[in-house]
Amino acid sequence: MALSKLNFNSLNLTPVAGKGIGFDSGADDLEASFSGGAMTFISKSTASSSSTISFTSGIDSTYKEYVFIFNNIHVSNDDEAFAFQGNAAGGADFNETITSSYFRSIHGEDGNNGALAYQANADQAQGTAFQALLANIGNDNDQSGSGYLHLFNPSSTTFVKHFIARGNYSSADNKSYNTHVAGYFNTTSAIDEIQFKMTGGTIDAGTITLYGIN
Amino acid sequence: MAISKFNYNSFNVTPVAGKALSFNSDADGFSTAGASSMVLIKTLTASSSSTLSFVHGSSSVVLDDTYPVYLFKLINIHSSGDSVTMKVNFRDGGSAYDASKTSTYFRTSHRENDTETVFGYAGGGDLANATGEQQISGGLGNGNDESGSGHMYLFNPSSTTFVKHFFGVTQAVAATPQTEQAFFGGYCNTTSAIDGVQFSLHGSNTMDAGTIKLYGIADS
Repeated sequence: MALSKLNFNSLNLTPVAGKGIGFDSGADDLEASFSGGAMTFISKSTASSSSTISFTSGIDSTYKEYVFIFNNIHVSNDDEAFAFQGNAAGGADFNETITSSYFRSIHGEDGNNGALAYQANADQAQGTAFQALLANIGNDNDQSGSGYLHLFNPSSTTFVKHFIARGNYSSADNKSYNTHVAGYFNTTSAIDEIQFKMTGGTIDAGTITLYGIN
Repeated sequence: MAISKFNYNSFNVTPVAGKALSFNSDADGFSTAGASSMVLIKTLTASSSSTLSFVHGSSSVVLDDTYPVYLFKLINIHSSGDSVTMKVNFRDGGSAYDASKTSTYFRTSHRENDTETVFGYAGGGDLANATGEQQISGGLGNGNDESGSGHMYLFNPSSTTFVKHFFGVTQAVAATPQTEQAFFGGYCNTTSAIDGVQFSLHGSNTMDAGTIKLYGIADS
């Protein structure tokens, strides 16, 4: 706890909310211009045989864009999808209506199967299932998947909520998959919670970190 | 040189290690504020450069477990030769950039004269457990106004448990001339840590201009 106060206007500068105190160009005076940057850490979850990983706070109107970075998601079961869903403010479950697209490039460690294709079994048309981000991760000790998910303006009560994701993973059949996922929660209710899980088994290791973008 | 100092507890704010002093939402009081989660580590500027390398512990470069995710931004890479692709490779021990990689590559393109569009997988740009360089762009033109830009993520390079995923996208003025967007992704198929990343152009061509920036993305 602070022992005493320094009045803000005892400093020779004009205060600006959200700005820090930095030196001006002369380096011998102060100004309220310092900004911490546009990408702000909010929270991080570390998987440990986790059935689900949920972000139930920190998603509101503070930021117009949120980014989840998932890093080295390692799974218990072969050939299951790493997926996510949202829950509207006041809602009871992660079952919002999603329309989405999913395509990926693929190439085997043996040099076969180089291809680019739409993957219809991973998209949704007004579905309420968890949306696949990494469709069939392998569970060998060194296998995992990583990527990001951008969620735009989740607090809007006017527009649907768009998301864009990209990832890369090593699959159960030893191929590199590069995934491109996008879509929207087809609701005008605010989305204030996001949950990640595997379509089967658990997330045995990995991290998911939430950031806000100014 | 500072003439005097404020004691940290002379401010009406609870100090937090690693945070900075900022004004709060009322703009008439103080709070603590964190730095950006995206931290610039190093900028390299090309000048007839055969390679641009980011090596942990060299020239102030950090590429270890300090950050769980690293982001490279390539800005206006200008090639000495015409129709030359950009490349990347990774160091997983020793001094050679020869980590084994399995990857994918696809692209879209559209000619300025509107005679051709392309969208599809490009097998010439992928790798299958190969140690050579990963192609990350179409063939750059070398006209004075031509270049390529883009970015690449590298996940958890210090892991000694998992393979190391990377992916990115670049946009270039290809030699035809045409716009060419390249999507690449894959993994270094090794459980050794990656401690160096090197960018280059195909063949003996040089990067005559442009910058590559390395950022760390913190998770705390």
